[in-house]
Amino acid sequence: MPDIETAAARLAEILKRYKADYIEARLEESQRSHITYRGQELESAGQSAAVGGNIRALVKGGWGFVSFNDLDNLPRRIELAVKQATLVGREKSQLAPVEPVVDTVTSKQDSPLAIPLAEKKKLLDEYNEIIWGTPRLQTSVIGYADSHQKTIFLSSLGSHIQQQRTDINLRLSAVAAGDGEVQQSNLSLGSRGDFDSMRRLHKEVEEMAKHAVELLSAPQVKGGEYTVVLDPVLAGVFVHEAFGHLSESDFVYEDDRLRQVMVLGKRFGSGELNIVDSATRPGLRGSYKYDDEGVPASKTYLIKEGRLVGRLHSRETAAKMGEKPTGNARAINYRYPPIVRMTNTYIEPGKSSFKDIIAGIKEGVYARNWFGGTTSMEMFTFSAGEAYMIRSGRIAEALRPVVLTGNVFTTLNNIDAIASDLDMNQGGGCGKGGQYPLPVSNGSPHIRISRCLVGGC
Amino acid sequence: MENILALARKVAEAAEVFTVAAEETSVQFETNRLKHIQSKQSTHLALRIIKEGRLGYATTTELDDVKNLINNAVETARFGMPAKFELPPRVSYPTIDIFDPAVEATPLEEMNKLGQELIELITGHTPEILCEAMVSKDTVSVKLLNSSGGQAEYRKSIFGIGIYGSLIRGTDMLFVGESQSSGNPLTRPEDIAKVVIRQLELAKNQAPVPTGQLPVIFTPRGAASALVPSLVMAFNGKMVLQGASPIGTKLGQKVFDSKISLWDDPTLAYRPHSRPCDDEGVASQRTPLIEQGVVANFLYDLQTAALASTRSTGNGSRGGGLPAPAPSTLIIAPGQTSMDDMVKDIKEGLVIEQLMGAEQGNILGGDFSGNVLLGYKVESGKIVGRVKNTMVSGNVYQVLKEVSAVGSQAEWVGGLLYTPPLYCPRLSVAAKG
Repeated sequence: MPDIETAAARLAEILKRYKADYIEARLEESQRSHITYRGQELESAGQSAAVGGNIRALVKGGWGFVSFNDLDNLPRRIELAVKQATLVGREKSQLAPVEPVVDTVTSKQDSPLAIPLAEKKKLLDEYNEIIWGTPRLQTSVIGYADSHQKTIFLSSLGSHIQQQRTDINLRLSAVAAGDGEVQQSNLSLGSRGDFDSMRRLHKEVEEMAKHAVELLSAPQVKGGEYTVVLDPVLAGVFVHEAFGHLSESDFVYEDDRLRQVMVLGKRFGSGELNIVDSATRPGLRGSYKYDDEGVPASKTYLIKEGRLVGRLHSRETAAKMGEKPTGNARAINYRYPPIVRMTNTYIEPGKSSFKDIIAGIKEGVYARNWFGGTTSMEMFTFSAGEAYMIRSGRIAEALRPVVLTGNVFTTLNNIDAIASDLDMNQGGGCGKGGQYPLPVSNGSPHIRISRCLVGGC
Repeated sequence: MENILALARKVAEAAEVFTVAAEETSVQFETNRLKHIQSKQSTHLALRIIKEGRLGYATTTELDDVKNLINNAVETARFGMPAKFELPPRVSYPTIDIFDPAVEATPLEEMNKLGQELIELITGHTPEILCEAMVSKDTVSVKLLNSSGGQAEYRKSIFGIGIYGSLIRGTDMLFVGESQSSGNPLTRPEDIAKVVIRQLELAKNQAPVPTGQLPVIFTPRGAASALVPSLVMAFNGKMVLQGASPIGTKLGQKVFDSKISLWDDPTLAYRPHSRPCDDEGVASQRTPLIEQGVVANFLYDLQTAALASTRSTGNGSRGGGLPAPAPSTLIIAPGQTSMDDMVKDIKEGLVIEQLMGAEQGNILGGDFSGNVLLGYKVESGKIVGRVKNTMVSGNVYQVLKEVSAVGSQAEWVGGLLYTPPLYCPRLSVAAKG
């Protein structure tokens, strides 16, 4: 079987020959390794290699997509994609114009795959020992994974872009048990391939393990509306779920009713609120130079001074909405076509301090750390890894983990204080349209939300 | 495969080669019209070795790069978990009908027509709804070969139809949907449309909800989103072995209401998760998990079973890594009470069709807490409208310890689960005032 460079060279010659409005190809090779622990023992260590590619064709507004592991017989794959697109297409193809790009982007980061498994294991052993040194701990789970990916993008416009990316993901969980009850706490980290950023987490790991035990005796919050303060990690998840997904214009572009709701200039929050998505911030998990349609990355204000000012686009959504492409079409791997995704999404810093923010709260909830989040566009939920009552302006007793929910059209308006301590969270990954986990980052300073609905007993 | 096995045997005392080859084709609709046709070809090979008593593991899509594959497996075996099991020898497997050539033979035009008809049925009821729909056909071929002489090979077909509709009025959004899958071609879009149209009918009006303790009926989809994720973890033999399952020490004890029975069954004909053997070559079997409220079994793969001094239940499943215990198809036994009678029994309460975010809390401990993405208010025995901005929280073990009724009508939810509605006497509800 040919390697991806050879296959790309062959494709570049023939891509323009077919009867389609547009054709692109993405070829990819990747190496991955993972180590998992369950309990005191290493449970699984593995390494994998994958090669594959896809062809995407556009004919009269209809798309055909073919993915494969086998790089032989590429002309046959192109024919199939064109045939599928022809079967679908009934209207006029619309893609925002972009300049063809010929570029090679190499990763400054050495591949984490080059670090011997033994060295990675030694570090994880240290963390696991810390977890197991905590009294009343029942078990632990540690999942480490890294990857190195090389992608070649070709289009019938004449683009030929080679990019490399590395990625690391680490998730640690401590499980405490007692009296037939089980509680857990988690720590989730990620990096744009820098293994060093996974070292020296000993103190965080220790705190996490202690917290799981602490939760066994923690009360559950009473369900209802509270003034809630979110730390930068959780506020990052909040901005991703509460607003980020709604600004992905593939939800909006062909839906007239939603377009009326999401009209530029509409007020969503106070004048202090600014929300940005930017793949151009260097070194973050959502950063890149070109997206998976070969469009250069950009910094996009979604909300400026409380008003909707922009959204995230693919070439097709930008053309159909008469806006500029933003370079946000991404695919998790060659098995999927690119769809509109976030990159690094954050709330810009305000002027308050954390102390000012909690000072006036008589009874509220301080929610920290990330556990999960999901959205249905209008309504969203996100869950905190840690939660505490706020009483008379001070952090009080620890609570069982809380799930918070909101409505995008009211909750952003209820953000009434934004601190200055912006921090980006690199853990986890984003899921959409069956494509999970996509490396993204999100962040925020501490924020305060009035009248936020919290689930509880 | 034989060649990889032979080469691996030279460096390790035991080896197993597992391959999956898949062909998937889907026709996708956006905003009520055909938008994409996709086809995906994939091959994937996993090598598991036991070297000096330890497990090594590597995967590849490049079937001709055997050297790299074996080296990767050998490197991981230096640290791998000590293997406590032996790879199973050749055995005979039950015959289970899971391949229908009519799936593969379904033309794209027919798939397109099914999707169009489904969308027309729904827009015929609610003209302003915008639907995304997908009709798909997959063929999956699995082969397994190990150094104990074990071998397995099967092919299965999966046909799926799914629809997801959104109805937007100002800033009010309603999402409805249903999906079905089968080993045979699905030919009746009206069955799916019926479910979606019922959701649209029930959600026509909105109804306010008080904060407090209320009786709740989980529809099959509601039970799948709120209750089942915790049970899947709790019956996993690995969680039991680690002491992390709240029911791990309760084998033979009555933990749930006696109206509840649950089992795992990979032997049903033409179900998407059925197969003659699991991903380690252990024969498929029906495994009771809850028998009239009593914890009956946990699910095991070979390694976990060996560590727990028990037998594999044939639930070794590969989700991209080493085999681990996972359910195939879960079934909750239907009960005696009709949905109508359950609703009639409620003075003020909720029917929950979809709980969003319920799997984000401490699911290991059985806690769930989520926003009612689709659910209805019941007043004096009647569904009066949709509820919004409402959270429901509870604990699976408390909820299932005492249920008021188990519904008589079970339904398939997403291929994995067959369940009736479950009626719970009280749950904590928080609503935005």
